[in-house]
Amino acid sequence: METLIFYLFGGIALLAAVSVVAQKNVFYSALSLILCLGSVAVLFLALEAPFIAAVQVIVYAGAIMVLFLFVIMILDPFSAAAARDKRKRLTCLAAALGLVALVVMFTLMRAYDPAALPVVAGGIPADAASVSRLGQLLFTRFLVPFEATSILILVAIMGVVVLARKRS
Amino acid sequence: MNPYLVLSLLLFLVGTTGFIVKKNVLAMFLCVELMLNAANLAFVAFARDLGQLQGQIFVFLVMVVAAAEAAVGLAIMIVLYRRRQTLNPDDADTMKG
Repeated sequence: METLIFYLFGGIALLAAVSVVAQKNVFYSALSLILCLGSVAVLFLALEAPFIAAVQVIVYAGAIMVLFLFVIMILDPFSAAAARDKRKRLTCLAAALGLVALVVMFTLMRAYDPAALPVVAGGIPADAASVSRLGQLLFTRFLVPFEATSILILVAIMGVVVLARKRS
Repeated sequence: MNPYLVLSLLLFLVGTTGFIVKKNVLAMFLCVELMLNAANLAFVAFARDLGQLQGQIFVFLVMVVAAAEAAVGLAIMIVLYRRRQTLNPDDADTMKG
């Protein structure tokens, strides 16, 4: 069952990712990315991470991508002049670098053996317990990074207001 | 070999390729999101293999950073478009040496 879910939604995620890159129109790229994020959320569920899956759908696919779509519609890049074409050389470079990265990372992953890892006794508990454990961890051991993220968000809000304000 | 890690690798490479190939800041930004998402998938896969929840906390933090980055990046794009009427990063070359 898990294998089936993996291949189905992994395949959708991969196709959607290729579509993000292949689309000429940025708007369709963004829509494909939402599809990709959604299928990865299903994979998160399969990986016993229900909280992360929910956050992925609500925050990532919901809030962040809607922000993207708003900006795409404001900027209206469809009418903007087509990009100049010196793309060919970059494509070759990208393909070469990608091939090198593929070989390196496949080698690393072949060497990766989950059985050799020091697995903590008990592991991740069943669904509901895992969410509450995650919350406990977030507000005890990871309290400082958690609070730091609120400062980061505050700084980001101020930065955006300063940047995007119309100067008259 | 963990299939989730292979998928994460492929998604990351697609994102990287798009980032290098694309000529539009908005599309490049979408590719960055794709790469972040691939990294998140790897984090969750490792979290399950290790039987630890820390990986999921990392994903949570990555998502917060992605949200902040998206907000600031999109604001920069709006300013760029207002001043230059372009979304091509090659046209923003004032600081080019």
